Amino acid sequence: MHTKTSSPCPALFTSKGDSPSVQVTLQFDDRPITAPAGVSIAAALLLNGVGPFRATPVTSAPRAAYCMMGVCFDCLVEVDGTPSRQACLIPVQEGMIVRRQQGASALEISSGGENHGR
Amino acid sequence: MQTQELVVIGGGLVGAAIAYGAARAGAPVTLLDQGDVAHRASRGNFGLVWVQSKGDKVPRYARWSRDALTFWPALAKELLELTGVDVALHQPGGFWIGFSEAEMEARQVMLERINSSVGGIPYEMLDHAALKARLPAIGPAVAGGSYCPLDGHANPLMLLHALHAGLKARGARVVSSVDVTQITHQKNGAGFEIKSKDGKSWRAPRVVLAAGLGNNELAPQVGLHAPVLPNRGQVLITERLKPFLPYPTNKARQTNEGSVQLGYSVEDVGLDDGTTVSAVEWIAKRAVTTFPVLSSVRLVRAWGALRVLTPDGLPIYQESASCPGAFVATSHSGVSLAAAHAQVIGPWVAGLGAAPDAFEVFAGERFLDPNRSFSNAH
Repeated sequence: MHTKTSSPCPALFTSKGDSPSVQVTLQFDDRPITAPAGVSIAAALLLNGVGPFRATPVTSAPRAAYCMMGVCFDCLVEVDGTPSRQACLIPVQEGMIVRRQQGASALEISSGGENHGR
Repeated sequence: MQTQELVVIGGGLVGAAIAYGAARAGAPVTLLDQGDVAHRASRGNFGLVWVQSKGDKVPRYARWSRDALTFWPALAKELLELTGVDVALHQPGGFWIGFSEAEMEARQVMLERINSSVGGIPYEMLDHAALKARLPAIGPAVAGGSYCPLDGHANPLMLLHALHAGLKARGARVVSSVDVTQITHQKNGAGFEIKSKDGKSWRAPRVVLAAGLGNNELAPQVGLHAPVLPNRGQVLITERLKPFLPYPTNKARQTNEGSVQLGYSVEDVGLDDGTTVSAVEWIAKRAVTTFPVLSSVRLVRAWGALRVLTPDGLPIYQESASCPGAFVATSHSGVSLAAAHAQVIGPWVAGLGAAPDAFEVFAGERFLDPNRSFSNAH
């Protein structure tokens, strides 16, 4: 895996300051981050200086949000245990657990096995 | 006027494999490819490299399919070395999956009949528990399955790409956007004149019709009979997943890059190669019944493609009796049979290899017999 996942880089994006003052806190790769209520997960990650959101399944190339409007599928992350969610289309919520997605998502096969695992 | 020794009409998997085999055997080859207006069955292939259950009651076809699978590893290796294109051949054996005891029993009878008549097509029947040990993802509705160690899968698009690249590497000419409309057998041994819609022409002493559905209209021009019909298959493609399906199956296969292909519909809808909600729903439901773990997976694509089917589902391979030097080749198993097309049919049509034994069974005239009726597995 060539993707850097450690410390956040300086945020390339900042809030204009006219967003709601209410902040929500979510978990991103086991650290808390805050973002204005109502923004998308992708916006929240960019405001917090997150670089790559994921690594591609075939070549492990780093990817982050690009189109911010649901078209490019480059912002895929795991949200509350479900992989391959489009971060740009989902509003942040208090307590949400978001993870980078490294490569293809895995299926967990159990005797009943209906769900994605991690 | 351009002159070549062997002209192959049709640049899909069948034509490209035959042309490649002819060029490999040393023949000067020109491949005429119809281009983007073609129906392109080769672009919709499911990608199985498969013998299991093929040729029931037609032992020559079972033997042909078996031989093709034994030729496959050498073809894949050669194409990789020659062109750098990896066709992703993987032959770990493959599974057919059954949903009832009745299906399982009928399957066993058929596989036993095929193997005892031909030999060398071993199989294993597995009940639910035995199958789950090999394919842990199967759901409770699966009754069991059959396994054939020869089976496998490959990437059909990469195979087509590799064959075309291989043709160029071996000095063959590949001409695109050629819509062949007329073939004339000239008198006094002057061979064939092949004309395209836009007025271009080629001459060659040998010509192979590998034009898929186009063979219908081309074959009669050189004394051949190739009554092929379109049959639509729709398939679904999932997002890429970590490996969970270690073997190809007749209902789903996971590619080397993680996508799962889910098959497939069988529909008689003329030349419509679109997709339908009802077929997509049926395929998805069957896939989830087979592998419940797929229920939460995202689909990223669906497509329809047209199989090129004869009335009995078997290939047609034949040299024209009235126009010697003209051959027809059509099969809907363009991937499974690719290596046999390259290894055997290519040299044969180029005049550089023997005619395969007992190929009379594949002559197109069988469909003219008023005392026979036909059905195919599709």
